[in-house]
Amino acid sequence: MTALPGPYVRTEMLPQQPPPIGQAGLLRWVRENLFSSVLNATLTLVTILVVFSLVRHMLPWFANSVWTAGSLTECREMLDGKTGACFSVVADRWNQMVFGFYPVELYWRPILAVVLLLAALAPMLFSGVPRQLLWFSVFYPAVAVWLLWGGSLWGPILATVGFGIAFMVYQSVARLQALLAAPLALLSLMVWWLWGVGLVAGVAQSIVPLDLTEVRSHEFGGFMLSVVIGVTGIALSLPMGILLALGRKSDLFLIRTVCIGFIEFIRGVPLITLLFTASTLLNYFLPPNTNFDITLRVIIMVTIFAAAYMAEVIRGGLSALPTGQYEAADALGLNYWKAQRLIIMPQALKISIPGIVNTFIGLFKDTTLVIFIGLLDPLGLTNSIRADVNWNGIYWELFLFVGVMFFIVCFSMSRYSMYLERRLKTDHL
Amino acid sequence: MSQATAEKPALPISTEVAVEIASMNKWYGSFHVLRDINMTVMTGERIVICGPSGSGKSTLIRCINRLEEHQSGRITVDGTELTSDLKNIDKVRSEVGMVFQHFNLFPHLTILENCTLAPIWVRNVPKKEAEEVAMHFLEKVKIPEQAMKYPGQLSGGQQQRVAIARSLCMKPRIMLFDEPTSALDPEMIKEVLDTMIELAEEGMTMLCVTHEMGFAQAVANRVVFMDQGQIVEQNTPKEFFNNPQSDRTKLFLSQILGH
Ligand SMILES: Nc1ncnc2c1ncn2[C@@H]1O[C@H](COP(=O)(O)OP(=O)(O)OP(=O)(O)O)[C@@H](O)[C@H]1O
Ligand SMILES: [Mg+2]
Repeated sequence: MTALPGPYVRTEMLPQQPPPIGQAGLLRWVRENLFSSVLNATLTLVTILVVFSLVRHMLPWFANSVWTAGSLTECREMLDGKTGACFSVVADRWNQMVFGFYPVELYWRPILAVVLLLAALAPMLFSGVPRQLLWFSVFYPAVAVWLLWGGSLWGPILATVGFGIAFMVYQSVARLQALLAAPLALLSLMVWWLWGVGLVAGVAQSIVPLDLTEVRSHEFGGFMLSVVIGVTGIALSLPMGILLALGRKSDLFLIRTVCIGFIEFIRGVPLITLLFTASTLLNYFLPPNTNFDITLRVIIMVTIFAAAYMAEVIRGGLSALPTGQYEAADALGLNYWKAQRLIIMPQALKISIPGIVNTFIGLFKDTTLVIFIGLLDPLGLTNSIRADVNWNGIYWELFLFVGVMFFIVCFSMSRYSMYLERRLKTDHL
Repeated sequence: MSQATAEKPALPISTEVAVEIASMNKWYGSFHVLRDINMTVMTGERIVICGPSGSGKSTLIRCINRLEEHQSGRITVDGTELTSDLKNIDKVRSEVGMVFQHFNLFPHLTILENCTLAPIWVRNVPKKEAEEVAMHFLEKVKIPEQAMKYPGQLSGGQQQRVAIARSLCMKPRIMLFDEPTSALDPEMIKEVLDTMIELAEEGMTMLCVTHEMGFAQAVANRVVFMDQGQIVEQNTPKEFFNNPQSDRTKLFLSQILGH
């Protein structure tokens, strides 16, 4: 106990000073994060040792890798007894890994489809891109189908136009009779797709023929197949998941029951079962001689599988919203769909971004499961590459290549989702 | 809180009925939360509803814009009866503004967007016009400079004033307030009450659940006291505070004014 503190008034303010050395920069970071205690220091050293021995083992394999050999035997000769990877197989079969058995002279079509895909995605993914480009995004699916499978452009384009027609029917009927609007719009869409498209496409085709050589689905393969299934599945599973999530929370008993039943059933079944159903069982239910494209069947199965998961992810986001948001929207006179679109979904989806992207990544990786129903995805192709005498016995290099390619795509999605979360952050900036 | 002037300016009250509630009952499951409510509100009237917690004040005013459904009796707002007819509900909701205890601003939209959203999407007002109207009301609540910020960046009092402006942008004929100041720190209560007083002085029809008795004395035409889902007493503020009739009211007033 010294003297009691007396009154005190500060006469001058202290300027800001740099922190003492050893408290800032690299040195401090190392000490705090790697050597903060004996245990931590031991773990650090052991880890360094493990990583070092792994790298020492693998380095020659990469360093000596051969990129130019035409076969495994040739490759081994070039290596001359040293350990080394034989990545020549990737160089040799690059086209096949990427395009499967797509006709070589038509490679420009999938390439163009991918370039256009980026253009169609840009206005949705990034805020700086002009909004008008969204019109292109609307018609992109039709163009992509045309580029990939060939045939007439009119079919897919007019099928897309069907949504516009249905929307117009909805708008004009809704003014007179709100309850009939949705069923009538749906009906007009069906009628248009079943008869209208064929009819008008035929006429349009005879006036302006827009034809490309047809390519059959079984010629698709490699990363192209993964991307086709993955991108379509991703694009369709999100809206379907949103509708399922809303249905599950609906007040209408029938809709709610159907949605819950669907979600629980699909989630309870392994994807591979659904894929087998798509490849074999579905034929029993379809009328004989219908040619229901196998890729399309797989896409449908992958989509509904992901949509069930998506619905639960989005339901989580919906539950996280305070009821006050619904009440404020109601009190302002916004109807159900407007409130969902303008108030509820933007917030619920934002909350769900990590879960949504998680589902996307899962879906994309699951596309490799189509190998089991005989489609030639990148993994399926590694088998057929090995069936060639030249490359018999090569495993590591191919799997590593496939793994790296998948990693690049999935990691990009993950980074994008982090960027998006940052961009949409509006609280305490 | 507010500077209750001794002589209130005589505000005009029309003979037009704004809200009429007749023999209205409401249940939550088997719990009889509102019992035989009868109440008529004239256009331009300012009503303060008070009562102990759980007495059904929030439920009552939420019935007026059908955030809650009543099970028997009639509620008529501006000549439109509230039934399960969605058209009537939409009509009433676009004429009745509501301010909540917890503001309920839309956190993903800027202040300006919060204010223009409903006019644009419900009233089909062109965006530019909606923005002009929004800025007008934001100036009125004295925060035009915050228009481009997000709700999360504003103080509680500012957020509540935005919520008031957001409701006003729909040009409502009736405003409902559910304890607009009870989630605020004392120094912010005044700025919100001042806004409400200003609104009252312009002749807005207001139903306000609040325990701010200074506000009630300053602007209310009538104070309604509720307990156990019933209207126990209603009177002019002067009579209500100086000469309460029922024992429940006396007890309530002694509790609320006692400290
Ligand atoms: N959604 C609901 N379901 C069941 N009971 C409810 C519900 N909302 C409110 N209640 C009950 O109804 C009664 C009245 O609630 P209300 O919110 O109207 O009270 P209040 O007078 O506004 O109270 P406070 O001053 O605390 O806000 C309370 O007993 C409450 O527990
Ligand atoms: Mg309440």
